[in-house]
This record gives sequence, structure tokens and C-alpha cells, in this order.
Amino acid sequence: MPAMSETSHTKALFEILLRLGDNSLVLGHRLSEWCSKGPILEEDLALANISLDCIGQARLLLTYAGETEGKGRSEDDLAYGRLSADYRNALLVEMPNGDFGVTIARQLYYTVFADLLYSALRQSTDAQLAGIAAKAHKEIQYHLRHCTEWTLRLGDGTEESNRRIQKGFDELWAYTGDLFATTEADTQLVQAGIIPDVAALQAAWKTQIENILSQATLTLPQGTWMQKGSRQGIHTEHLSYLLGEMQSLTRAYPGASW
Amino acid sequence: MENTIQLEELFDAKLERGEFIEPKDWMPEKYRKTLIRQISQHAHSEVIGMQPEGNWITRAPSLRRKAVLLAKVQDEGGHGLYLYSACETLGISRDEVIQQLQSGKAKYSSIFNYPTLTWADMGAIGWLVDGAAIMNQVMLQRTSYGPYSRAMVRICKEESFHQRQGYEIMCVLAKGSPEQKAMAQDALNRWWWPTLMMFGPKDAESSNSAESIKWKIKRETNDELRQKFVDRTVPQAEHLGLTVPDKDLKWNAERNSYDFGEIDWEEFWNVVQGNGPCNKVRIENHVRAHEEGKWVREAAAAYAAKKAKAAQVQVA
Amino acid sequence: MSSVTDSQWPVWEVFVQTKSGMPHKHCGSVHAPDKEIALQNARDVYTRRSEGTNIWVVPANAITASSPEDIGPFFDPSNDKPYRHPTFYEIPEGVKYM
Repeated sequence: MPAMSETSHTKALFEILLRLGDNSLVLGHRLSEWCSKGPILEEDLALANISLDCIGQARLLLTYAGETEGKGRSEDDLAYGRLSADYRNALLVEMPNGDFGVTIARQLYYTVFADLLYSALRQSTDAQLAGIAAKAHKEIQYHLRHCTEWTLRLGDGTEESNRRIQKGFDELWAYTGDLFATTEADTQLVQAGIIPDVAALQAAWKTQIENILSQATLTLPQGTWMQKGSRQGIHTEHLSYLLGEMQSLTRAYPGASW
Repeated sequence: MENTIQLEELFDAKLERGEFIEPKDWMPEKYRKTLIRQISQHAHSEVIGMQPEGNWITRAPSLRRKAVLLAKVQDEGGHGLYLYSACETLGISRDEVIQQLQSGKAKYSSIFNYPTLTWADMGAIGWLVDGAAIMNQVMLQRTSYGPYSRAMVRICKEESFHQRQGYEIMCVLAKGSPEQKAMAQDALNRWWWPTLMMFGPKDAESSNSAESIKWKIKRETNDELRQKFVDRTVPQAEHLGLTVPDKDLKWNAERNSYDFGEIDWEEFWNVVQGNGPCNKVRIENHVRAHEEGKWVREAAAAYAAKKAKAAQVQVA
Repeated sequence: MSSVTDSQWPVWEVFVQTKSGMPHKHCGSVHAPDKEIALQNARDVYTRRSEGTNIWVVPANAITASSPEDIGPFFDPSNDKPYRHPTFYEIPEGVKYM
């Protein structure tokens, strides 16, 4: 039944595009919360640049997700019209900013992952996704440089900075497993050469994180228990607050354009 | 003493010929002080100005608006940075001028002590506040101090989208639902008068104005710029179908300009002196970010020192 | 770190090359604890509108500048050497490619 498999392919691609787009959107939103609160003016600008890259990625990915779904939903319909149960971002990116150490720890965990993922996505058999990935990967390479350098400085800086960023890495550790969780959609799209097997990226991710942390005189957390749920729309308590704020205007004035 | 008089004549002659003053040139102490005061005040305004708009980044109603607003607020930070750089060429550190801001010794533009209450305020600030700032900044591109002038050239080039994005927000609201139009009118009502105050006291009462003109730091007076702003902005409000909240506003064909009502100077001086709705919270936020960032700045400095020491050992 | 009491890190001058083949041009300064962060900060501050292909950062205190007093002895002597300019020489009419 070819019609049937086409529908399920579309559904799978939609799910994956939401996952990618939501990761960028939620992380971009979190980083934008830093605006005017950075540790020094230069860093304020740096965080805003990364946030802008993420929001740009989210727009491309969500637009493509809407086109794939074929129900006429725009990037904004998807960003502003869904509640947390319909969001597919990884738990890690919705975690609150905390202090600068927590933000950098979150940034490193995610960006090493994104670097591996988007590097592979450039070879996607889906030309549109490959195109988006090529653009995004360049941005991610810079983000990686930024958070790696900061991890080194905070890890090997002062006693206080070492303690703070180690705490960030420790507290966020349990949210990293969720980055590599897969669903039926993965199986389908991996077979079609559209996405890499994310589960298979985990070993390389861990090695790279371990290397950077040890260079920074930090310890890789050892816990084995991992939080999960994002693939099923089961998020932390933090996401609904983030969305409540983000969607407050569009919900107060339904149907209005801005 | 004679030497100073000679130097001062040379300095005046240079200004007369329309040449720029550069950091290592001799300059009267008062010129240096005036510049430090003005440039740092300008830098602080950009940096504090990030807060009222920064307020709405997380609530921007579309992804396009969110990106534009963040880019704009980031630009303000960048402009603050360029201006601090220019200020530092006068022999004062950024650390010191930031301390002056936080202790209340240095001022910043009072406009940022007003609250941003609705999304329409993002439109009104871009349109009115940036519009007013641009009038001032275009003039300052020709200011006599080289580093200040160069910073302003760069800033003007970057600012050109700021006013447009604000006006675009107003256009959409003015053409939107009745609630949206009311939101736009309300924002104009609240921002109009504080914007006119941005140009500073009347020429007759402005203590620094005359000297700044003489030294070509400023090229147009407060009242001249304010008039120019009103003349340009009123037709833009008409185009939006919004009403400027001034019952005395009317076209004066003889002067080829608008006559407009009297500014509430009591409010102006109160906000300058710290009694505005947000003076306290703006500075508190700045101080908090500065203090919370202390350990980060120290860590980076400690890391740099360690690496430098290690490199020295390697050489030896 | 030059001074413990200064919270803002040392100053670095920033030079940006806007296109390959063009000279680097001074565009301002940033504060940074070391050269890597100086480079990143310069990138984030001065190339937000794709204005760059290459960046130099230089510690501000490593730059030596001539003084305004030097303007006479430094630059006037070259005013009386018009023979350094091509227009100084007379070439017969009709001679090409010179």
C-alpha cells in the first residue's frame, strides 16, 4: 500500500523536523533571556548572536515542518499554537539558564550533540533538510568554539568558577540521555537516509565531552539514570512556563497578526 | 601659562578649519571633561536602553519579530560598546565610567526610565525614541572629536533599521483589530512627551549647550533638533491614523513648522533626578548583572594569567 | 590581568579586513582576558553584518603611536620631494604605456 507508507513517511519527517526546530527554538529563547544580563558587555553580544542563530534555524525548520505536514501551518502557527505536550525538543534545552556556568554546561552538552547531528544531516537524502543543515552546521561550529573556550576558562579558572560549572555539568547530566532517544520515526527515516541514527552518535558525543571536561580540569558525571520523555511530549515543569510567556500575546489576541 | 594660551589658539584654529581632534592632541581640560561626560552618558543610555525593550524579547508575538527585536537590542549593546571605546581614548577606563553609572554619578537618557507596558511600546520606541536619537546621532557624525565621530558613523549606519522596524510594528497595529489600534494609540500617548524631553532642556536653560556648540561637539541646539523632530514625525502619525496627544499642536505656515505645546518640565527634572517610574529598577538590574558576572570575569582573568605564566616557563 | 581592581579586562584594538585583498582597517576596541576571547569578542561585536573576512586583535598597550608634536619633523620633509610623484617628469608626447 504505497499511499499508506507515504503518509507514515510524512508523519515521521514532520515529527523529526519538529524535534529539530523545537530544539533550536527553545534553546534560542533561553539564550535570549540573557539579553542585558551577561557577565560583561562583549559576552552579552556573543550570547545574543548565538540566540539569533538558533531562532533563525528554528524558523527554517518549522517552516519546513509546516510544509511537510501539509495543513497550511506556518512557523508561527507551530511555535505559538502548540502547548508543551506537542513540543518535541529535548529536555536539556528547556532547562533554566541558572548562572553563567549552568548555561555554558547546557550549551556544551547540546552543541557537541548538534555538531555531530548536523554534520551528518548535511548528507541527508532530503535536499531541503541537507540545505538547512549545511547553513546551521557552520553556525554550530562557532557555537561549539564559544562554549568550549568558556568551559576551559571556567573549569580551569578559579576555585569558585570550577565549582560552579562542575555543578552545572552534574545537574544537567541526567537530561543528556534524552538527546539520543529514538522513536519509530527515526527507524523509518534512518532507513531512507534522511537522518543519521542519533543513538549511534552517543559514544562519540561522550568521548568528546570527556576530552573537553578533562582539559578543563572537570569531571565527567558518572550517573547512569537518565530522565526521559521529550519524544512523547512529556517535558519538565519548566517548558510550560517558557511557552506561557512566549505565547502570552498571541493567546490574548487570537487570530491577530503582528 | 603662555604656552597654554598658544595651545588653545592652535586648538581653536583647528576646530575653525573643520579638522578633527584626535586622542593624543592637546585639548582644553574642559573639552575633555565635557566629552567624557557626554560620551559616557551616551554609552550608558544605549546600555540601559537594552532593558525596556529587552523586556519583550521573550514575548514577541512572532518569530520574525522576536529575531528583529533581539538583533535590535543587541545592537544597542554594541553601540554602547563602541561609545565606551571612544570614551576610553580620553584617558578614562570603562571600569570607571561603569562605576559612575552604578553610583548614580553619571546620568543616562531619562527616556529609559519609563516602563514598557504593551507590545505597542516596541513600536513606539523604535519609531519615536530611535527617531529622536537618530536626529541627534546624525548631527554627531560631524562632532569634532575623531573617535566619537567615527563611532557615530558606524552607529548611524546600523541604526537605520531600528526606526523602520518600530514604525512597521505601529503600521501593523494601526491597521489591525480595534484593540490593536487602541494599543498603538495608547503607546503614542505615553511616549510622545517623554520623547520630546529627550532633546534636553530649552536652549535658554541648557547649561552645557553653548559651549558644546562652540567646540563643535554639538552642531545643532536642543530646540532646533526638537522642532525638526516634531516637523518630521507629525505627518508619520497622521499616516498611521493616530492622534498626537497635544491639543496645542498646529501647523504654522509662516514659520513653515509645527507649533506645539509646552513640555511638562517638572516631570522632566523629576525623572532626571531619579524619580521616574523605573530609575531604581534599571540601575538595580545593571548592578545585579555586573555582580553576578564577577566570578566569570575573574575566572577568565585567572585562566589567562595561568596560561601566560605557563608560556613564560616554557620559554625559560 | 593588569589590575585586580579593574573589572573589565584589558583593551584590545580591532582591525577588520572587509574583503580579501583589502587592507585591515581599525574599527574600534573590545575588552578581553586573552587573545582567543579577544578574537571571538571582536567577531561578535564588529562583524554582525557580515562585514569581515579576517580579524586582527592587538593588545592596546602594544601599539606605539607617533605624537602630534611629531607632525612637523615626521611628515613635512616629504612635502618637498615632488620627484617621488610621476607627474614630476616630462615625457614627450606620443610616447605610450608609461
